[in-house]
Amino acid sequence: MTVGLEHFLILSAILFSIGLYGALAKRNAVVILMCIEIMLNAVNIAMVAFSRYSHIITGQVFAIFIMVVAAAEVAVGLAIIITIYRSRETVDAEKIDLMKW
Amino acid sequence: MPSGVPLAIFLLPFFSFIVISFVIRPFLNSKPKLSGYITIASIGTALILSFWVLAEVSNAPGHVLSMPDYEWLVIGDTVIRLGVTVDALAAIMLIVVTSVSLLVQVYSQGYMRGDPSYSRYFAFMSLFTACMLGLVLADNLLFLYVFWEGVGLCSYLLIGFWFHRPAAARAATKAFLVTRLGDFGFLAAILFLYFKTGTFDIGELQSLALMGAIGGTALTWAAIGVFSGAVGKSAQFPLHTWLPDAMEGPTPVSALIHAATMVAAGVYLVARMFPVFASSVEAVTTVAVIGGFTAIFAATMGLVMNDIKRVLAYSTISQLGYMMLGLGVVGIGVANDAIALEEGLALGVAVGMFHLFNHAFFKALLFLGAGSVNHATGTFDMREMGGLRKVMPWTYASFLAASISIVGIWPLAGFWSKEGILDHAWDHQTALFFLAIITVFLTAFYMFRVVFLTFAGEYRGSKDVDSGAGAHGPSLHESPLVMVAPMGVLAILAVISGWLPVSSFLGGESVSFFGALASPMAWVSMILAAGGILLAYALYSAKWLSVESLRRRFAPLHTLFSRKYWFDELYERVIVVRVLVDGIFALFNWFDTRIVDGIVNGVAGGTVEAGKVIRRVETGQLQAYAIAIFVGVLAIVACFLIFG
Amino acid sequence: MDNVGITASFWVLAVVCVASALAVVFLRDIFRAALFLVLCFFTVAGVFVILSADFLAVAQVLIYVGAIAVLIIFALMLTRGTQQGSPSGRFRFTAFLVGAVFLVTMILVVTGTDWQAITETPTGSTTSALAHALFSEEEGFILPFEIAAALLLAAVIGAIVLIREK
Repeated sequence: MTVGLEHFLILSAILFSIGLYGALAKRNAVVILMCIEIMLNAVNIAMVAFSRYSHIITGQVFAIFIMVVAAAEVAVGLAIIITIYRSRETVDAEKIDLMKW
Repeated sequence: MPSGVPLAIFLLPFFSFIVISFVIRPFLNSKPKLSGYITIASIGTALILSFWVLAEVSNAPGHVLSMPDYEWLVIGDTVIRLGVTVDALAAIMLIVVTSVSLLVQVYSQGYMRGDPSYSRYFAFMSLFTACMLGLVLADNLLFLYVFWEGVGLCSYLLIGFWFHRPAAARAATKAFLVTRLGDFGFLAAILFLYFKTGTFDIGELQSLALMGAIGGTALTWAAIGVFSGAVGKSAQFPLHTWLPDAMEGPTPVSALIHAATMVAAGVYLVARMFPVFASSVEAVTTVAVIGGFTAIFAATMGLVMNDIKRVLAYSTISQLGYMMLGLGVVGIGVANDAIALEEGLALGVAVGMFHLFNHAFFKALLFLGAGSVNHATGTFDMREMGGLRKVMPWTYASFLAASISIVGIWPLAGFWSKEGILDHAWDHQTALFFLAIITVFLTAFYMFRVVFLTFAGEYRGSKDVDSGAGAHGPSLHESPLVMVAPMGVLAILAVISGWLPVSSFLGGESVSFFGALASPMAWVSMILAAGGILLAYALYSAKWLSVESLRRRFAPLHTLFSRKYWFDELYERVIVVRVLVDGIFALFNWFDTRIVDGIVNGVAGGTVEAGKVIRRVETGQLQAYAIAIFVGVLAIVACFLIFG
Repeated sequence: MDNVGITASFWVLAVVCVASALAVVFLRDIFRAALFLVLCFFTVAGVFVILSADFLAVAQVLIYVGAIAVLIIFALMLTRGTQQGSPSGRFRFTAFLVGAVFLVTMILVVTGTDWQAITETPTGSTTSALAHALFSEEEGFILPFEIAAALLLAAVIGAIVLIREK
């Protein structure tokens, strides 16, 4: 059977859900960041799939920008995590609850 | 006459008040006598201007001067105008107010000499005179009410002048509150009339009432509301309890406010609104009945009082009852069509106001005399007086003149006005006539009881004096000239004021000097008056009868009278304490604290409690927030799917 | 291209991608998880190739594997993550629920929609089309491009500022 658009979209959805679960359920902050990257990749796959199956190149343009933003976000995010680690000796997301009531 | 003259009459005493309050008291407090001078100067000028007004009015056709009026307040379509009324009634009242006020101010310089609050006294007296004049001149009910309240305020301030005495403070509060009850009815009536007719102007209201444009029941209720204000101010039954207590104030205050002018404001109001009253039989009957009843009711209480000012207070209440009676019975005549409308309206006003005119002079004089006696002996209790005619001849003479006048002996002033009232009562309402005629006897008795107890016989008191206004030596003596002179002027007026053509000026009838003796009514009343004098002589001077045995024989009546029919107890202990305070106010208080405060505090408390619960959402857990976000996204997607 | 080849490579890549993603999430050892993340990125690059997005595939490898994965491994080392491992948080059941619902919804939507997809592969090079789309004067995304550059600058500066020791 030929591979159609739905296949790619379902792959994207599965990846996104896995990334979502990981981002919400893991305690280590770096792992959360990794799962976010998985989510972003899933979105990229969807974008490019749409671009391929509608012959509109804008999907790939968007995917490029997503990559740019992901890179920037990882850089700053990791900087934050390291800063927090320096002052609190932990990267456990459950222990960082200063905004608690 | 320039149109600013009536306004100037009002503004002069007001200006005096301002100057005393803002210039003399702060800066020139070392010379308090200036306050007295300024007050006398302003009121004297007002008196001269009032004579001018009187002359103009008598020359004017119909005894009415038309004055310009101004737009005072414009709210949408409603315009409230402000102007002055200058007619015969106003002119007469102006003369009364300014002249008595002037004489009392002159007298006060002597009576209040040395009092530390001398300036404050004259400030309040000026303010009072200004408000009273404003009340007389006002041409619409709204401003009349403003000045009505103004005189009430000044009465409070002056009764409680020596406010560090608890009795005085209590009396002032009592006066204010009791008159407040009446004023409430008055205000309700004003608003009701405005609601019905759309105007506050007195002239318009009168014509509307006469035309029958205001409905019958509405008119009656409005008139009764207005009358309730008069009942309060003029201390008629049932709002009479404040006036005897008001004697705690300085005696000139009692003379001016509680004898001659403020209490007369009630009578003036009824006279002013007389066409409104005369259009309703029930209203004028109410006026007449309350007036007649109060006359005899107060007279009975005056029989047994030992304080000279209290006797005079009850006498005032009684005489005011006479005035109301006069207005009322003529009104009954008009309402029953026994008298033609045009002349009936003028006649009623004339009958009531003529007595007011005379009463102002002799009652003020009686009070000033009491003050003079107090100045000499240091007391108001008649049991400690006696024999003063030898020491204070001028006081005695003027007091005697006033007494003969009030009793109604021809040819002194009181005779003429009382006869008018008695005649009309006989014509229109015989039941009340009998009450009135008995009151003549009682009036004579209590007045001459006072005369004999105070001036006749031998002096019973101690020579120690601590007087109300200034200390002086232990010997009894006549009062200084500054006090005796006004009394002399008033004495002359008390004799001749009945001869002045006041009644005909106001549109009433006039009786010839000797012709009055032709009517049998005159002789009946004079004989009764003589009987009263004789009885008083027998009891208190010649001692043919014993006061003690009389008192024992009529003990229950005596108790009833001297305890003032227990009305004070009824009002203060039963109504105020039991019914109002413990009952209704406690209920309101419970409602306020529990329910109203409960709701407000409940809302606040509820919010706090809800907050305490809701804030637990803020866990600080990053992933909880993320879950919340995604649940939201899923909800949006679901909405899209379900609702297309 | 060869249909069978494409299909076969798609399935292989898809399975490996999903498996490595699961490994990232569920492995206790963080370092291994990071390495599986790298594998995931590679497979995604392969998917891009299948989708005729050559430039993107290369960019994916360069950026994600070359930079981002390296950064993540650095961060793991610096925060001693390898010692504590990767435990599960307290929200795992709720997260599982949310993820499952999301997945089901997406699958339903995807299969239920008529996509009207064009099945022929695009003619010509997608890279030049991409370049044209980005840089042409009339219809290019030049301004977003420049802004993206500025964004990167800001991120770099921000990261340096955060990290500086006082």
